[in-house]
Amino acid sequence: MTETIMQKTPRWIAGLLVGALLAVAPAMASEEGALASSNASLSDLGSLQNGAKMYFNYCSGCHSLKLMRYSRIADDLQLSKEQVMQNFNFTGANFGEQIPATMSAEDGKTWFGAAPPDLSLMARAKGVDYIYNYLKSFYLDSSRPIGWNNTVFPNASMPNPLWELQGIQTAKFKPAEGDVPAEFEKFEIHQAGTMNAEEFNAVARDVANFLQYAAEPAALQRKSIGIWVLLFLSVFSLLAYFLKQEYWKDVH
Amino acid sequence: MANRLSRAATGVQEWFNDRAPSFGPFYRKHMTEYYAPKNFNIWYIFGVLSMVVLINQIVTGIFLTMYFKPSAAEAFASVEYIMRDVEWGWLIRYMHSTGASAFFVVVYIHMFRGVMYGSYKKPRELVWLLGMLIYLVLMAEAFMGYVLPWGQMSFWGAKVIISLFGAIPYVGGALTEWIMGDYLPSDTTLNRFFALHVIALPLVLLLLVVLHIFALHEVGSNNPDGVEIKKGPKGNRWSDKAPTDGIPFHPYFTVKDTFYTGCFLLICAFILFFEPTFGGLFLEHDNFIEANRLVTPEHIKPTWYYTPFYAMLRVIPNKLAGVMVMFGAIIVLFFLPWLDRGKVKSWRYRGAGFRIALFVLGICFVWLGKIGSGPGTDPAETIIGRVLTAAYFGFFIFLWVYTAFGFEKTKPVPERVTGHD
Repeated sequence: MTETIMQKTPRWIAGLLVGALLAVAPAMASEEGALASSNASLSDLGSLQNGAKMYFNYCSGCHSLKLMRYSRIADDLQLSKEQVMQNFNFTGANFGEQIPATMSAEDGKTWFGAAPPDLSLMARAKGVDYIYNYLKSFYLDSSRPIGWNNTVFPNASMPNPLWELQGIQTAKFKPAEGDVPAEFEKFEIHQAGTMNAEEFNAVARDVANFLQYAAEPAALQRKSIGIWVLLFLSVFSLLAYFLKQEYWKDVH
Repeated sequence: MANRLSRAATGVQEWFNDRAPSFGPFYRKHMTEYYAPKNFNIWYIFGVLSMVVLINQIVTGIFLTMYFKPSAAEAFASVEYIMRDVEWGWLIRYMHSTGASAFFVVVYIHMFRGVMYGSYKKPRELVWLLGMLIYLVLMAEAFMGYVLPWGQMSFWGAKVIISLFGAIPYVGGALTEWIMGDYLPSDTTLNRFFALHVIALPLVLLLLVVLHIFALHEVGSNNPDGVEIKKGPKGNRWSDKAPTDGIPFHPYFTVKDTFYTGCFLLICAFILFFEPTFGGLFLEHDNFIEANRLVTPEHIKPTWYYTPFYAMLRVIPNKLAGVMVMFGAIIVLFFLPWLDRGKVKSWRYRGAGFRIALFVLGICFVWLGKIGSGPGTDPAETIIGRVLTAAYFGFFIFLWVYTAFGFEKTKPVPERVTGHD
């Protein structure tokens, strides 16, 4: 009965946190599945800038980013208005406008069988590692209408946009046996690209990283603000604790 | 100067008392002269914390409605507009979404505490019933709020949950159409859920919370010893008639609750700023894809706070039976004060059977929650889910048999409360 609140508090907070983590850990683990980690980091500005450059050169022709504005990218990635408008804007949109695809959705539907999806929130829906692995997993498949397939998203109606960099891969499958479906074994280089594997991994990581940023631009600020909020609340709680002790001195 | 100021203050007070003489006594009755047991422990803060979250939800909700567009064509983009283009919009939205989950965390712990210490027992049955009504309305409120961002899980979750009413014989089909105002969740559904979420249900919720607190203050708070302080000796430093073991709610518990609220906000802020989706539990991945009635998500599952009940629905092969079991799991809680015939309130002095059974109930609830949030394709899990569902209901049957036929061996309850933190 002489235990103070301070002695008791950490126990229940720790209990709650451990309980929450135990409950969440399996969910978090299962989501990542067999995907290789991209090691993308929002605090790596160079990676984000390179990812933006790659995105606008190789992706923005077909995919819109309609929840994102050119001006926001300039602010967040420390680029000038000129840099963004000259290098990233191929549609004649204004600096403050949201980012359309160069191609129209109707053309996309005609050419690929399905309009390419908007990528604004793809990283939040699928995860940054999904995008990283997806970009690395295109292979030649003559049975598909456009000649490409993808092991991460089978039968995707998208050709490999980065084939010049990565080269062209073919996939080796363990053939189907009875009820067991064909299982992917490994990729083989069919035609070399301009980059080696390491360089290309960095490109895939940077594009994934840029899309992670585009999915939640506030993520760049929230952690640095969060530190101050936690500090304030710690000091507040401590003062509140002393106040409580002072008031409760006469309760026996 | 000071003299003048204090005279002015007294003047204002008198002016006020002349015009509203009942306000002063009202304040004293519920704050400075509400004598709460001095031995409240950590479990007793979750009522106050749910008030804190409720206020957070209302205030952040007001700001969200300033930018949110309740239409199927605009809702999804307007939420992202809040997240990206509205100054501090992301903070307000995360406070609201984290708050929704935090609400259920504190309410579940608050309810569990009620069972631990027998807070639903005579004379507090009405407090328990009003609390259960709050819980019911809260579930409806959270469900409708989850539909508003109009993501894939909003749409498909709404479709699955509303279709449960279709299991009711004869009127089911018409009822689901009436709820949705359409054959599928649509613009109409979204628009009416918005109205219910921001006006109707919050009003009901606030009214019920006020009644819950009034009902509590009529009979006085229970405490970890389950001792009625009003039946104990009278007289303390503040009043001759007040219970000796009671201390004024204000300032003693207001300062104590301020400290615990700070700790609670610290945990919430940590989640909000560093892991706002909480690994896909608080904000689900599929809900970052706009609603599309032509594409069904791989796994349709409700938010984590419904998953124990959703698991019960899913492990039962017959839809109508599943719906009845699911709602039954909530309804049975209403009857707890009459199922539990034990005279001893606190689990400190109750039989070992009660403590073990309550522990098992907690495990069943959490485990069912885990099953309900999974894909539900594993047949072994379905069997486990059935056992857990049976055990959940078994708790209530056991409790009645255990207490009504004198199986419970209780320990002696002390005359007075046993101390304080």
